[in-house]
Amino acid sequence: MSQRTATIYWTGFSVILALLIVAPLVLPEFWQRFVTEILIWGLLAMSSDILIGYTGMVSFGHSAFFGLGMYGAAAALLSVRPPNLWLAILYGLVGSAGVALFVAYFSTRLRDIYFAITTLIFSQIFYVIIFTWTDLTGGENGLTFRRPELAIPGLFSVPFTSDTLHWFVLAMVTASYLILRRITQSPFGMVLQSIRENEARTRAIGYAVERYKMVSVMLSGLFAGLAGVLYAIQNRFAAPDFVYFLVSGETVIYNVMGGIGTLVGPIAGAAFFLLLRELFSRFFTEFYLIPVGIIFIAMIIFMPQGLLGFMRRWLNQ
Amino acid sequence: MEQISAFLQAIPYDQIVIQTLNGIVTGMILALVASGLTLIFGIMDVVNFAHGELFMLGAYIGVVVLATSGSFWLALVIATLVVALIGAALQITTLRPLLGRDPLTTILATFGISLVLQNYALWQFGPVARKIQEPFTGRFSLFYLEYPWYRILIAALSAAIIGGFWLFLKYGTYGIWIRATTQDRVMAQAMGIPVPWVHTAAFAIGSGMAAASGVLFGPLVGVTHAMGLDWVLKAFIVVVVGGMGNLGGSIAASIFISLLEAYAAIWVDPAQAVIVSFVVLILTLLFRPTGLFVPTPK
Amino acid sequence: MTAADNAALVDVEDIHTYYGKSHVLHGVSLSVGRGEVVGLLGRNGVGKSTTLKTIMGLVNPSKGRVRFEGNLVTGLPAHRLARIGIAYVPEDRRIFRLLTVMENLRTGLDRRGVSDERKQELLDKVFTFFPRLAERRNQAGGTLSGGEQQMLAIARAMMLVPKIILLDEPTEGLMPRMVSQIRDIIDVLHREGVAILLVEQNVPLTLEASQRVYIMEKGSVRHHSAASELRVNDAVIHQYLGV
Repeated sequence: MSQRTATIYWTGFSVILALLIVAPLVLPEFWQRFVTEILIWGLLAMSSDILIGYTGMVSFGHSAFFGLGMYGAAAALLSVRPPNLWLAILYGLVGSAGVALFVAYFSTRLRDIYFAITTLIFSQIFYVIIFTWTDLTGGENGLTFRRPELAIPGLFSVPFTSDTLHWFVLAMVTASYLILRRITQSPFGMVLQSIRENEARTRAIGYAVERYKMVSVMLSGLFAGLAGVLYAIQNRFAAPDFVYFLVSGETVIYNVMGGIGTLVGPIAGAAFFLLLRELFSRFFTEFYLIPVGIIFIAMIIFMPQGLLGFMRRWLNQ
Repeated sequence: MEQISAFLQAIPYDQIVIQTLNGIVTGMILALVASGLTLIFGIMDVVNFAHGELFMLGAYIGVVVLATSGSFWLALVIATLVVALIGAALQITTLRPLLGRDPLTTILATFGISLVLQNYALWQFGPVARKIQEPFTGRFSLFYLEYPWYRILIAALSAAIIGGFWLFLKYGTYGIWIRATTQDRVMAQAMGIPVPWVHTAAFAIGSGMAAASGVLFGPLVGVTHAMGLDWVLKAFIVVVVGGMGNLGGSIAASIFISLLEAYAAIWVDPAQAVIVSFVVLILTLLFRPTGLFVPTPK
Repeated sequence: MTAADNAALVDVEDIHTYYGKSHVLHGVSLSVGRGEVVGLLGRNGVGKSTTLKTIMGLVNPSKGRVRFEGNLVTGLPAHRLARIGIAYVPEDRRIFRLLTVMENLRTGLDRRGVSDERKQELLDKVFTFFPRLAERRNQAGGTLSGGEQQMLAIARAMMLVPKIILLDEPTEGLMPRMVSQIRDIIDVLHREGVAILLVEQNVPLTLEASQRVYIMEKGSVRHHSAASELRVNDAVIHQYLGV
């Protein structure tokens, strides 16, 4: 990246980060929670971008990763007293990693539409299991639990306020973004993109495409799981609805609306969608999906590169 | 000897027969839905996520026509025609512009359409399930049950529609156009076949078939805005297991999967019997990815 | 004689075509008159097939014009061109493998405005030319031999009653006996007044059958003369085709 581009980029990054840090201090409570939620869904969408935008694998399985992250955290928060933040994160990541392993295996054997449909079915399998295994998962009603304290073992332990929770989420999401950015710009990331461009050629050059795909799925699954954990902590409940394939569908919508292959695009896409939803809910109550859906379809036809797609090359330098 | 006899006696024969019948009935409806999906995928490589919603719209239109006219048959015909037209309109406005683009875009576009249609139905008809009255209510005795004749009718009618469609494909002029376009879109064009319109017609036919299934199936369950979701998933599984674009395969797969699920429902909760179809899909993809009923190409 | 009579049947003017980023045709110009047999020679990969596909509307040129009977047809979809009189027989035949011979023919035959008697006439004619196809009329296209598939591809094109047939390497992979059958068919079509644009690797056959010949190299036309000249002047042939 040239010096000038780097300066512009990091300046922009800092500005946005600063705005997000200040947000809870100036916004009313409702909007503050809203911004926190955008960050969480943005993280989910960003994780999905690794698969869709960088490796070229369309997946409808993110609700499984997200859901298992959520339930994993729930398991930790319900089984260990006092509820431990880091344990929740650990359990959540382990849970989503488990699913990711499963999906990763199939990712190497199936292509394109078959892979997409299979990931969708996976979400549904987990949905059915969670929905019907009432003893373990609370079935239809889900699980509720207390929010853990923000704790650094040995140093301090304070309950979260909505401000500190927001900053914690922001820290997690920012760290995730930076890590993912580093990865996508590394040689590994380049190979992923090469797979997206032309898988056969990449294989012919000598890369073990299968391994790269599996790692890509694991990465994607882990960060999606993290989003699930954060959601569980913020909302203090876990429900099967989040494992239903519609969540995967919405995630892909955020990706496409925001611009795939940009990492930040999906976050913008999530923000855009959620804002539209808020806006239209005022007028159309719960039928906001009708106008939002139409906007989505129109965007696919007329603006396929998404909101930030035009910045894709620039962002990936 | 005694154990064998005890085992044989423990098999719930009556339930198996009943479930076989149920499995075939559901299987035929699923076959009708899946045929439309297979037609659309085979001819234009479009994975139509909105197929379940077309099924649902058909059922709702059936409700409306039935309420105003009192005739089930009129409802069936009108719902089929109206949804076929809606399907054609959708294809022309949203799918034609996407021709030639990444297949992901059509999946997403049809997903978007499904969201819009579902919520539109919710808006217009509300969350309370509607009822479609069966055209006749005779039952016959089957073991300990009074089995409705209507269910047999559904299976027969679905079979008839599929059969009619197959005949059309095989012998009709436009049937040949559809088959030619499915096999080789480019050469079909070079032979003067107006491929864009064949695509629209195929989408319309597929939509109509979904709508007909919706009306036929309506009396068995309540008509709600979400009824399409389960069907679209199952239909996808059937299309993949039967071999993408293979009409005979999807029909066989529909019956196969429905029977398996019906039998599973004897022992497990019906909500969990659904997993059967998932398992079949995964096994198929692992071992015979071109389709369970399709001879593996050499 | 009006200007329309003098105009070429097909006139290709300065066509540039791209496949993705690859610039395949660099300003190709050629013409085919009514009832003429015109040959298009050149090594593999010079763009001969792409030229045919551009004329047929299967590929859109980024620059240049294609005219048919004096009218601009660039960019029209293939199915329209098929109906106004251009037929295409591609390399590797591409018959509909899962359709029967009869159904393959029907894809061209079933058009509005053609009476049943006329359809029967056309079928009878084609079955007379190709008795083997008549025998196999209810067999699936994929079960025919290579030579029979070529016959079917040409017969299918004839069903459109075209004014010009674009023939892409019809003798490729065929036995000598079939090659001479193709030669005969070209003659018959010529006698019927159907123009032919013949892309071929078989140089002697092309020189025999055509009135004029174009030679392409690297995406453009490099030589154009009467076939008779080229029959005596092989230097040119050697230069462009290395034969």
